[in-house]
Amino acid sequence: MQFRLVKIAETSKKKQTFIFLAAILLALFTTGLFIMFLGHDPVKVYLSLVNGAFGSRYRIEQTLIKAIPLIITSLGIAIAFRMKFWNIGAEGQITMGAFCASYLALNYSYLPRPVLLSLMLLGGFIGGSIWGIIPAFFKAKWGTNETIVTLMMNYVALKWIIYLQYGPWKDPAALGFPKIPNFAENAILPKFLGLHIGWVIALFLVISVHIFMNYSKKGFEIAVIGESVNTARYAGIEIFKTIVLAMFLSGGICGLVGMIQASGVNLTLSKDITGGVGYTAIITAWLGALKPHWIVLVSILFAALVQGSSYIQTAFGISAASAQLLEAIILFFVLGSDFFAKYRLVIDWKGLSRKKENKL
Amino acid sequence: MMTVAFLKAAIIAGTPLLFATLGEILTEKAGNLNLGVEGMMLMGAVIGFQMGYSTNSPILAMVFAALAGAIGALIFAFLTVSLRANQVVSGLALTIFGTGFASFAGQSLVGLKMTDAFNASFKTIKIPGLGDIPFLGEIFFNQDIFVYLGYITAIILGIYLYKTSKGLNLRAVGENPAAADAASVRITRYKYIHILLGGALCGLGGAYLSLVYVPVWQENITAGRGWIAVALVIFSAWNPYKALFGAYLFGGLDIIGFRLQGTGIVISQYVFDMMPYLVTIVILVIVSMKKDIRNAPPKALGEPYFREER
Amino acid sequence: MNNGSAYVSMRDITKIFGTVKATDNMNLDVAEGEIHALLGENGAGKSTLMNMLSGIYIPDSGHIYIGDREVRFSSPRDSINAGVGMIHQHFKLVEVLTALENILLGFKIGIFVKKNDQKRLIQQIMEKYQLEVDLDKYVYDMSVGEKQTLEILKTLYRGARILILDEPTAVLTPQETVKLFKIMRRMKEQGCSVIFISHKMNEVMEIADKITVLRKGRTIDTLDKGNTDPQELTELMVGRPVDLSIKRVDKTSDNRVLRVKNLRADNEEKLEVLKGISFDMFQGEILGVAGIAGSGQKELCEALAGLYPIKEGEINFKGENLAGRSPKEFITRGISMSFIPEDRLGMGLVANMDIVDNILLKQYHGNKGLFVKRKPASEKAKEIVKKLEIKTPGVHHPIKNLSGGNIQKVLLGRELDSHPELLITAYPVRGLDINTCLKIYDILNGEKKKGVSILYIAEDLDSLLGLCDRIMVISHGEITGIVDARVATKEQLGLMMLGNKEVDHAV
Repeated sequence: MQFRLVKIAETSKKKQTFIFLAAILLALFTTGLFIMFLGHDPVKVYLSLVNGAFGSRYRIEQTLIKAIPLIITSLGIAIAFRMKFWNIGAEGQITMGAFCASYLALNYSYLPRPVLLSLMLLGGFIGGSIWGIIPAFFKAKWGTNETIVTLMMNYVALKWIIYLQYGPWKDPAALGFPKIPNFAENAILPKFLGLHIGWVIALFLVISVHIFMNYSKKGFEIAVIGESVNTARYAGIEIFKTIVLAMFLSGGICGLVGMIQASGVNLTLSKDITGGVGYTAIITAWLGALKPHWIVLVSILFAALVQGSSYIQTAFGISAASAQLLEAIILFFVLGSDFFAKYRLVIDWKGLSRKKENKL
Repeated sequence: MMTVAFLKAAIIAGTPLLFATLGEILTEKAGNLNLGVEGMMLMGAVIGFQMGYSTNSPILAMVFAALAGAIGALIFAFLTVSLRANQVVSGLALTIFGTGFASFAGQSLVGLKMTDAFNASFKTIKIPGLGDIPFLGEIFFNQDIFVYLGYITAIILGIYLYKTSKGLNLRAVGENPAAADAASVRITRYKYIHILLGGALCGLGGAYLSLVYVPVWQENITAGRGWIAVALVIFSAWNPYKALFGAYLFGGLDIIGFRLQGTGIVISQYVFDMMPYLVTIVILVIVSMKKDIRNAPPKALGEPYFREER
Repeated sequence: MNNGSAYVSMRDITKIFGTVKATDNMNLDVAEGEIHALLGENGAGKSTLMNMLSGIYIPDSGHIYIGDREVRFSSPRDSINAGVGMIHQHFKLVEVLTALENILLGFKIGIFVKKNDQKRLIQQIMEKYQLEVDLDKYVYDMSVGEKQTLEILKTLYRGARILILDEPTAVLTPQETVKLFKIMRRMKEQGCSVIFISHKMNEVMEIADKITVLRKGRTIDTLDKGNTDPQELTELMVGRPVDLSIKRVDKTSDNRVLRVKNLRADNEEKLEVLKGISFDMFQGEILGVAGIAGSGQKELCEALAGLYPIKEGEINFKGENLAGRSPKEFITRGISMSFIPEDRLGMGLVANMDIVDNILLKQYHGNKGLFVKRKPASEKAKEIVKKLEIKTPGVHHPIKNLSGGNIQKVLLGRELDSHPELLITAYPVRGLDINTCLKIYDILNGEKKKGVSILYIAEDLDSLLGLCDRIMVISHGEITGIVDARVATKEQLGLMMLGNKEVDHAV
């Protein structure tokens, strides 16, 4: 018997979708086995996961509130990934965005609300974009490995906030408890149709990023660089400028998330401001095939997973970390499933019998 | 002897980095970029701690930590070698998986402590003769078993890569798999074996943290050391001997803030906490500024190999 | 299975890639002590067939016999064990290893690499076959000819009795080819079966004992050299009578378009790769560039196109010095120059994008505003597809799925669409079948008639001699001479490619 691989020239959209869905089902199935191993009924657990995420108006709201940062961060990451710039520094970019916005919120709370909030949005964008431009500069200038630099910068940002939280920004009114003061009313995002207004920003960004990536000159240039830097140079694209611009946008969009989370959800700045969104968004951006509309869908599902998992923690005593595990497992399966869209496995049974003949 | 104590501690702090760096060197020499180091270290750390706590056997704790790392690596190998998935994303997925796994499995371990007998197995052992060398002896040869294992692993890897025929084949796999294949090297087998070995070393690196360095269980015990290890691979130009130097250098950076606290030098501890990460960035930038064919990464790093590719 | 003299026998071999039948029931018999040529165009299936004999590809159906035994190879390891060795067109060598390490690679020689023991063994083989290789030299320091000799030595060291050479002369000078043929004859004397893949008639007639002609994945015929002639072989190979001679269009003008003066450039390792290049180009002429691979051709083209950093010198194009200008400035300043790079999918085009976006690549700079305009690009794409008879399911089809010839037509079509006055083409017919080659020569001659001056880099000396007005030879980044293509000979060019400065026939 011989195994061999045959490359498939082209795969239809329909087949690709089928493979994608099959991968997700298999991931759920595998996790189901694991849940069974833990001594629970997987069907019940999954049902209560769904119930926890969508079972009431409050839960749906909570799910959407969790989806907002995921969607926006994934959009930011998608711009960088389209350029094959592996920006895994969204955590840091969110953090620095939150830092800049919080600086404004804490020091300029006397400004009128619309002015202050606009300034905070701008600050969030700039904070994130600075954190994005630094690795972009090194990459564009000397080809420095961006994966590690962006990641290291996450830790630098985190340590910086810890420093502020335990040091200069510590709330004197908190009786020694290390926390940064809460924002004044003026610095808090208003609500619109029941949710903080971040969802409107997210929606706006989904449309803008879609247009930017598919119809703008810069978006086209970013895509060309992602496919081949040499072709981009040949076509007269200014590589340095474009890389820096893409990361300015990518980091800036992630920075907005920091502002939204600080001002709309946490109402203050803390070292836990990101809630790990920067990492989860890598998965959602990838699973959404870097396309804004798919990103929205995947992000909502992942937010449901997180929201639902906190529910099953109380119901079944399964750790909330299981959500992260399930996310990774889904990603594993989808990553692996791509193979079946590209290759076909051929098993040659005849080979076995012939080989035996030869030996005789 | 402030300096001796500091350098000695630097080596201890550098040991988890060393194991992870060596593991990643092995993986990358096979042409695969595994960014799941952090995840594999965490898997090794939590499983090592769990085994150590429940069996009270240091050997079993280490073996299972290595196995845990190797299992993480197996997922990565299957995805990237057999299924030819994107290596960057697969590695990231592994890190996310490992982080989730560790906090999932570690939940019940928080606050637990090993027995004194267990901890005694990792006490410092002075090597007769070598340990008596003034200055150096105390730093290098009055250490625990894990540290010695680190030296030995680095040297064995160096010999393996540069002196043996299997090592030669391995280097060819990472440089030009098509050439190695045509020369009848079994590409898939080489990739799997070395990715798995690499994962096992990362697992051991994680176990050093949870069993010896800390040694209680805490969430996110690796604190980005896996990523620093990936950077150290570049810093050490894929050379196990240089990895020794790099890992201990970063070990020093890791503890310098803590050490300086007692000396009256007033710099915030938080600034020093940033140091390893900042220095990693600086070093990466410097390394990337000067290009040299002899320090270049394996040429086929990150590329999937398919023999019938035309 | 044994038909008397055949040592290697391939029967009814079929291999399908995607939807293309690369080989369709092919047959081949090769005897011991025979040099057997596989003659066929690009895409005829020569390399695919031989890749199956060397275990790189696994046939979908068919049988392979070596000696009297049927063999089934699932990897190169199996084929090496059966005594097959293949020298691939793209050498399978590891650049950062030495010659010796490359030879020992993958070979069972114990735990440690004992270099000295193995060296003696290898030296014996080198003496037996009269090969010359510096075993301690790193491959990245080797010339193409040296690399090829190393490949041959590598296969012989593994005990190959069946040697396959895939287009070995494509990268060699005529002098190096003579040397290679000597080695091949020597192997024949030792009783080896040598399979020689080529599409060059004269070489086949010179060296082969038997010739098997392949066409479009099928075996056409096997002939004894004595019973055939180049005319018949050509007809069998192409499938119809065809005139392979390239027509030269006379040059009409003496207007200078380009003057390059003392051009110097360093590579990333700070080694000088262009060492003071100076030449002129005139309206309506084709200036050929010949040279051993890696002599600075690529750097010269890219330097002219603004893609390679220039250290010193002047590129005077119609009175304007282009040295130091970026590709973007070329576009914004409307410099009428086009460049067809050697690496079509890696530099000229984007493999994963469709024809429209690839056309857009050169148009969007001119679009007003922040957005790209795909409509005009789409119309242009349809026009080019029609004009150049590009075979594609549609203009919204990723170009990586097109054949090499069609990919080249997309690139050429896009570049010619800007009506350049200077056209730089690097290896424009490499890997293409004869019909496409002839079509491209026609296109180039057509542009020449319009007064375009063309820099034509190629490795095939026949096409250089046939197509060009003058040929400039470069060696190690220096010009060793510029000769009149009407009177130059291949031997003369070969000597100059090896670095001999030639003054005869200089113009």
